[in-house]
Amino acid sequence: MQLPFKVEKRLTPSRTASFLVPIASMLLALVFGGILLLAAGAHPLVTYKAMLEGAFGTPGQWANGDFYNLSETLVKAIPLMLCGLGVSIAFRMLFWNIGAEGQLAMGGFAAAGVALFWAEHIPDPLLLPTMFVAGFLGGALWALLPALLKALLNVNEIIVTLMMNYIAVLWIEYLFYGPWKDPQGYGFPGSAQFPKAAWLPRLPGTRLHLGLVFAVGAALFIWVVLVRTKWGYEIRVIGENPRAASYAGISLVRNIILVMILSGGLAGLAGMSEVAGISHRLQKGLTVGYGFTAIIVAWLARLNPWGVLLVAFLMAALLVGGDQIQITMQLPASVALILQGAILFFMLGGVIFTEYRLRWTGWARGTTPPAKGMEIEAASSD
Amino acid sequence: MLEQGLWISILAITIRAGTSLLYATIGEIFTERSGILNLGVEGMMIMGAVCGFAAAFHTGNVWAGVVTAIIVGGLLALIHAFLTITLRADQTVSGLALTIFGSGLASFLGQKLGPSGRPLVGMIGPKFEKLALPGLSTLPIIGRPLFQQDVLTYALYLLVPLAWFYLHKTRPGLHLRAVGESPQTADAMGVSVAGIRYLYTILGGMLVGLGGAHLSLAYTPGWTENLTAGRGWIAIALVIFSTWDPVRAVLGAVLFGGINAVQFRLQAVGTTIPAPFLGMMPYAFTILVLVIITWWEAFSKRVGAPAALGLPYVREERV
Repeated sequence: MQLPFKVEKRLTPSRTASFLVPIASMLLALVFGGILLLAAGAHPLVTYKAMLEGAFGTPGQWANGDFYNLSETLVKAIPLMLCGLGVSIAFRMLFWNIGAEGQLAMGGFAAAGVALFWAEHIPDPLLLPTMFVAGFLGGALWALLPALLKALLNVNEIIVTLMMNYIAVLWIEYLFYGPWKDPQGYGFPGSAQFPKAAWLPRLPGTRLHLGLVFAVGAALFIWVVLVRTKWGYEIRVIGENPRAASYAGISLVRNIILVMILSGGLAGLAGMSEVAGISHRLQKGLTVGYGFTAIIVAWLARLNPWGVLLVAFLMAALLVGGDQIQITMQLPASVALILQGAILFFMLGGVIFTEYRLRWTGWARGTTPPAKGMEIEAASSD
Repeated sequence: MLEQGLWISILAITIRAGTSLLYATIGEIFTERSGILNLGVEGMMIMGAVCGFAAAFHTGNVWAGVVTAIIVGGLLALIHAFLTITLRADQTVSGLALTIFGSGLASFLGQKLGPSGRPLVGMIGPKFEKLALPGLSTLPIIGRPLFQQDVLTYALYLLVPLAWFYLHKTRPGLHLRAVGESPQTADAMGVSVAGIRYLYTILGGMLVGLGGAHLSLAYTPGWTENLTAGRGWIAIALVIFSTWDPVRAVLGAVLFGGINAVQFRLQAVGTTIPAPFLGMMPYAFTILVLVIITWWEAFSKRVGAPAALGLPYVREERV
């Protein structure tokens, strides 16, 4: 079969395309989602309006100084930002860390362990910093195994990180259904509540907590590392040309391990900020797919740390909007997930137009002169 | 006597649990043999499961479910093929996108495809019954595990040798392997690299979808959220384990089916091991097997993966 167009490489990447493609991807995804909503018997525009209002609030609310919806979107953006940053730094060197979900769970587990069992032995002002370190280490250590297996034995990291997600989620489930279960919890699957000293400070009147500062700080840190340090330079070289990196004497083993400690650590911080900032206990609902959405976030942001913050915010808006239509319109919240997947598809399909262009050749039936090699193809298609 | 009965029943569950895995693994073997890495197996499988069950539920016919699952798997794989072959998108990211998209869509459909737009969860639909093969099913020991299964399992007894024969002994199979190993050479031979890659990516997706249908129509009839529970990813690990060979994939599927069966059995007899730990077994085992097989391959210096796996082929840009 011969397609009626040819894909040709542009001499220079198109600036217009690199600007238009993300916008067009989102619009096309919304159109696709609209068709799906129509099929499900919902009015697309009404649904999208409800999602927008759910994520950002209405002008009437803003006039009254009510920014609660917006703050909720930021609340969801925090774990997406931290996981997205973690995932993006690993993707930079083509290490496919799909394990942010599990690393988040282990970070939450470690921080919760400190808050539940060490609170009496640690002075109050030091409790949160200790949980911060524990959360980072929990995620980092969970990421270390796939890093070592990849670095030393070249074991496929995608599968190992992914399998470890399932194990981590089952592990925390074991804890809050079993030994860590709150005896006064009336059978609710969760640990006892942390002491107040283990709660992250919040913006009054909202659930927006200090985790946002962690996320912005992490973005700044990664940006500085990538742009200003030798380590960042090594990461970029490995990502762009692993062979050149090894000729230049850059240690792949060392970089895989260090990058995965940072990557897993950031996802672990997301878990820490969820338990210390939102739930104040280790409970069901810690792992709701942030680690997977983070993959979309990182890719849509083209692995740029500031871009991750922005895209994480937009994806969080989709999630909060999805929750909203579930409550008010009885539509499944998974609409948000479908839209996320669709945006990624359109973006993936669109990226090519920044580096390639399509040239219409017409359907190949004698209208165009046969291109080089086509005769062979025609002869062999028996 | 009791001991033997226990082993026979574990063996029977092993084969049942391994069936969906084996369909998915063979599907992905074909796809990867053509040089296309499709990490969307989990997404295609869960979509096959939900659409297959929905179709069977509404028509009352299991075969309508099977056909639907095959078509859905093929269509999802077509998205991946178009993105990676025609538009040269990154295969890893496209596959991940397919899994995320498929999981979201499956969850959405599961809540909408029930009777009059209600959820499918908890609905009881038609399912594949076990069918004892006359004569064979009364054989000692292997009779019940091997020959008292559903039709989809029996179909595998034919599919595995056929897949092996096709891959290694036929001309189209040779073309397939050539495209995966050296697309330049295949192109020079006059084989359409893009055409072959499209064909086997879609075929692979169809088999994966069928594997999903086995889950919702035979293994655990019905639809629940997250029904596949990572089986798609385990299948991708099994492809590596099988060194891209359908016959060796059987060994892998039996191994993992066995883990499932032991887990089942332990839960049934009421063990002191907490359920979450039993649940971890297949995932931990996957990692272990992957490490061993990778180490062994490095040690014996054999390369199982098709040489051009994951690499786009552009005639004008070859290096």
